[in-house]
Amino acid sequence: MSEENSPNLSRRQFISGAAAVVASLTVAPGVFLLKPAGAASNADGKRWGLLIDTSKCADGCTACVTACHEENGVHSLGRPQTDAQWIRKVHLTDRATGHQQSLPVMCQHCEHPPCVDVCPTKASFVRPDGIVLVDKHTCIGCRYCMMACPYKARSFIHEPLTDQKPHAPRGKGTVESCTLCVHKVDRGDGTTACVEACNKDGHRAMTFGDLNDPDSEIARRLKEQGSTAIRADLRLNPAVRYQGI
Amino acid sequence: MTLKTHFREIEGRSPRYLLLLGGLLVLVALGLFAAVLKGTYGHHITGMNNQVVWGLPHIFAILLIVAASGALNAASFSSVFGRVAYKPLARLSGVLAMTLLIGGLVILVLDLGRPDRLVVAMTHYNFKSIFAWNIFLYTGFLAIVAVYLWFMIEKRMNRYSTIAGYTAFIWRLVLTTGTGSIFGFLVAREAYDAAILAPLFIAMSFSLGMAVFILVTMAMAAGTERPLGDLILRRMKNLLGIFVAGVLYFVLVYHLTNLYATRLHDVQGFILLSGGIYTFLFWVVQVGIGSIVPLVMLFHPVWSQSRRVIAAASGLVLVGGFAQLYVIVIGGQAYPLEMFPGYEMSSTFYDGVVASYTPSMVELMLGIGGTAFAFLLLAVVIKFLPILPTSLADAQVDPHAARSTASAQSAAAGA
Repeated sequence: MSEENSPNLSRRQFISGAAAVVASLTVAPGVFLLKPAGAASNADGKRWGLLIDTSKCADGCTACVTACHEENGVHSLGRPQTDAQWIRKVHLTDRATGHQQSLPVMCQHCEHPPCVDVCPTKASFVRPDGIVLVDKHTCIGCRYCMMACPYKARSFIHEPLTDQKPHAPRGKGTVESCTLCVHKVDRGDGTTACVEACNKDGHRAMTFGDLNDPDSEIARRLKEQGSTAIRADLRLNPAVRYQGI
Repeated sequence: MTLKTHFREIEGRSPRYLLLLGGLLVLVALGLFAAVLKGTYGHHITGMNNQVVWGLPHIFAILLIVAASGALNAASFSSVFGRVAYKPLARLSGVLAMTLLIGGLVILVLDLGRPDRLVVAMTHYNFKSIFAWNIFLYTGFLAIVAVYLWFMIEKRMNRYSTIAGYTAFIWRLVLTTGTGSIFGFLVAREAYDAAILAPLFIAMSFSLGMAVFILVTMAMAAGTERPLGDLILRRMKNLLGIFVAGVLYFVLVYHLTNLYATRLHDVQGFILLSGGIYTFLFWVVQVGIGSIVPLVMLFHPVWSQSRRVIAAASGLVLVGGFAQLYVIVIGGQAYPLEMFPGYEMSSTFYDGVVASYTPSMVELMLGIGGTAFAFLLLAVVIKFLPILPTSLADAQVDPHAARSTASAQSAAAGA
């Protein structure tokens, strides 16, 4: 019991020791959290992205939304609070000027995606071509990625599903989001369902392409005309860019 | 010199004990039933949705996990800070810490979309995820406290219990840092993204853990008819008061810091002024009923002498902690993400509007079931292991202080 007779000394020693240990335990993992910017993107390869010109995006038009959900078998189950939405039209009103516009928002396929950072099982991942996906076999349905996503891009499957498309597997209890029509990209279609629909309707507000190819239309327009990223302050370098906001 | 503390298993045959076990088993069964329902029909039968993705089960789970690390207080005071008075309670403190943590984890796992994939969570680690760190912190805590208990119970190992106590204490600080950081690291959401959430959660763990521990100690003493002196209770209630004030301090700093930043005025206005249920829970339940009222009760010169007042104050601290977690977890999600600062935003996906959330019976059953499981484990452990002291009478806890109190009383009586 001798240790119990000198509480003051041991307490002081303890506090300084504890502080050092806590500090090193807390900081040490952080050292490995840092990685060189751009490490996630495949500099030699492609990085798929979208450019959305909001000035051409018609208010009330939801062609991109309908096409996406049809392509990927995302149906409403009549419960709007829990229904999945891979892409939605957002209506904006400038509080200062009253200026209004509308634009589609989906997974922004960040270079540094917070969903991938927080996923405990690596189910959320970035492909070398920049597409952010969820591995449906390792997603445990913890929804931490939904807490972390700044774009509210993800949906949790709240009930059993039927009529799934073979190229877009979905499952109750897992999280999902826009795949940038990865099946079409891998097939070599060179476009996505939302872009196709927007073009078909004649709006041509959306452009799909390789951000890393300086000769691609999307890369040229981004370079010449400039663009905005949603929540650019977070420096996630999303592959979905906007013009006109 | 202290009196030797004796620990003894409880007999565990009294009708009262069996009734307790039966009641807890029923609650655990209801919780499991809720988990089966959720597994069968999916989360749409809960109040959670794509806007509020973490609900009532997470509040129960975090409350239990935070209280678990705080329940270790008594053991830490004894082993780390050399407070002899807490030595008789150290074993109970360790066991309660473990069972509360297990109860919380059971809720978290059963609330997963795919609880059947627990093995995936155990085999696929993303070391950048604070969630993955927490898996190690939780399992590590259980292992360390188990060893600590063994060192305390096994005579040959007693001399190592101090070092085990130190390790457990440091680990519980890191653990609660991890729990608070689950929210603190969320850069996307205005209500989170704050380093102070980690120390706030540590402060909460001290106060909530102490509140649970006081109630459990009183219940054990009453249930086993073993003596419980005022001395140890008075010390614990004073500490509880200090911890409650500590939590209030961190809450104050958190809100003051955020109120200073113009970009956070909207979210602060939501929680503090216009958030309806969240504003009510913050001011009336968390700050009023859960902090100020118990502080008055715990430090009032006359009221605080009553055991009922101490028990009631401890209960109110837990109610306040529950409200606080509700405001943090649900309120923080209900407030819409500000994707376009300076713009009004609307969509069919509930952008720009305060998300609605109504807790469901299924979630309540799961939360209560997990809590009951924690206490069921505790009730079983104290029957089979020598955890509870045979006496917590003043003379047992601190003979010196007990004598001086007695002589002061007799002197006062004489005068």
